[in-house]
Amino acid sequence: MKFSGLIFANLFRKKIRLLLTIGSFAVALFLFAFLAVVRNAFNRGADVAGADRLVVIDRVSIINLIPLKYRDQILQIPGVKCITHNNWFGGVYQDEKNFFPQFVIDPENQRQVFPELKVPDDQWNAFLKDREGAIAGARTAERFHWKIGDRIPIKTTLYGGGSWEFNLDGIYHGERPENDETQFWFQWDYFEERIPQVVKGQIGWYVLRVNSPDDSVRVAKAIDEKFANSPNETKTETESAFAAGWVKQFGNIQFLIMTIGTVVFFTLLLVTGNTMAISVRERTSELAVLKAIGFSGRAVLFFVLAESLVIAIVGGLLGLGLALLAVPALANALNGMLPQLVLEPSILVLGLVAALLVGIASGILPGLSAMHMRVVNALRRV
Amino acid sequence: MIRVDGNGNSSSLIKVRGLNKTYSRGGETIQVLQGLNLDADKGDFVAFMGPSGSGKTTLLNLLGGLDVPSAGSITVDGDEITHMSGSKLTEWRARHVGFIFQMYNLIPVLTAYQNVELPLLLTKLSKADRRKHVETALSVVGLADRMSHYPRQLSGGQEQRVTIARAIVSDPTFLLCDEPTGDLDRKSADEIMALIEELVGKYGKTVLMVTHDPLIAARAHTTLHLEKGVLVEGKSSRQSVLTGGAA
Repeated sequence: MKFSGLIFANLFRKKIRLLLTIGSFAVALFLFAFLAVVRNAFNRGADVAGADRLVVIDRVSIINLIPLKYRDQILQIPGVKCITHNNWFGGVYQDEKNFFPQFVIDPENQRQVFPELKVPDDQWNAFLKDREGAIAGARTAERFHWKIGDRIPIKTTLYGGGSWEFNLDGIYHGERPENDETQFWFQWDYFEERIPQVVKGQIGWYVLRVNSPDDSVRVAKAIDEKFANSPNETKTETESAFAAGWVKQFGNIQFLIMTIGTVVFFTLLLVTGNTMAISVRERTSELAVLKAIGFSGRAVLFFVLAESLVIAIVGGLLGLGLALLAVPALANALNGMLPQLVLEPSILVLGLVAALLVGIASGILPGLSAMHMRVVNALRRV
Repeated sequence: MIRVDGNGNSSSLIKVRGLNKTYSRGGETIQVLQGLNLDADKGDFVAFMGPSGSGKTTLLNLLGGLDVPSAGSITVDGDEITHMSGSKLTEWRARHVGFIFQMYNLIPVLTAYQNVELPLLLTKLSKADRRKHVETALSVVGLADRMSHYPRQLSGGQEQRVTIARAIVSDPTFLLCDEPTGDLDRKSADEIMALIEELVGKYGKTVLMVTHDPLIAARAHTTLHLEKGVLVEGKSSRQSVLTGGAA
């Protein structure tokens, strides 16, 4: 394009200012991507929740256990397709910092309830036959360099404490990148055998699938009514509502992230808008000369907008590129403390669009001012 | 032949009739130009002189289509510019007017070559053709060997030569010079004036120039004096000037 020389020459007029402005965009877009990743990570449970899955917990708190005997009663409710139960184990591998979620599972039904978490049949069959067997998510196995056949000790302070040892019989993978691949599953029978008498026959929560998502409300109501006025009243809700409730325990993450994001972009807009305004004001006479020799007001507006857009695109790509590099490293550094951190393409696209909008917004006022500038007045100021 | 009596013939390149320009400042109306007439032919070299505030630069701005008159008409090469829309006027300026400013007004981040090329970016010329035109223009002003120099690497006189090259590169109908030597020492001023004389004498350019300097004005074919917006007298080294008009 024949005007590119003029645009780029003007861009590089003040190199430090250019670098700082691009840097502002890069930092803002990096923050945007990072906040979006964290926000998505917190909402991941709700996003990947099965529309036909319900979670049954103790009405008072999830930390209260509920009887295993509820299982058969729940299965009798019309519309319930299959059910599994889980317990939180709360252990660590070798060191306190090696945290990841371990769940006691009901091996007979786990795969029916969570079909998106895939375990090869031969590995699953080996797991079923092995009382001390375990299945690990691919990310956790990769994190600790586990391979099938490894003996894995897990220390816990719950259920009488001590170190429990497992044989790694299989590794599961999520059907979608968003699926949680950090869990560690082991058998209910092995767990039941070792826990103190007082908690035997007690599970943490049930997860069940209904025949149709349309049945969810009715089935949830039926379950809670069935156990109303019992020593262990239940609270049944869809998996997505359960996940959303879980996130709420951390405070209003969504609001916090939106607020920070808005402040970041508003500040960026002020910084870049001010920079463009100064840049245009410094060049008043030059822009007037361009108009005098025949460049239209629209051409001058185009030059100013093109400059701010180039800054926005370069800064935006830089920030998003940094985020692409940093997010996986951060995910590893956090050691699974946060749900899976994934920088999805939609975040990159949204970030770039946001950068472009800020670029346009910051250039439009100085550009319009240059467009409508009267050449005679501008030249008189020289 | 320069006429200021409003009776020029129809073949005049530039025809100004009854030109008025008023400004409002603090509620007061200031009459800058009052019923000014002017006829200039192709190849004329006119200097406008007068004290500050007499309307010299205003006249130049009006002739260059940078400003619009309060009344009267300006016709250049058959085009009446006074009623053109802003965008038409912009296009007209690109085709017909070459500007030379006192402060050069080059783009500091562009080389001499790029500065001179600017008016050609508005044409449909190919890159190769633009290059030919720019090289020719820079040769005419004697700066063929300074093409890749930035304005800061040039002397004041050389900068003004680049401005002149930029003004002539698109072969405009006429050149408007606003104090072209006002920021130069005498030697450089002489060189610039010699160049402008060459443009008129050798290339047949029409030049309208504003200056405060009688020595510079004396280099023009004709000197017209503006006083409070009125052309009051005329002197010519080549022919008599017919004065009168509304003034």
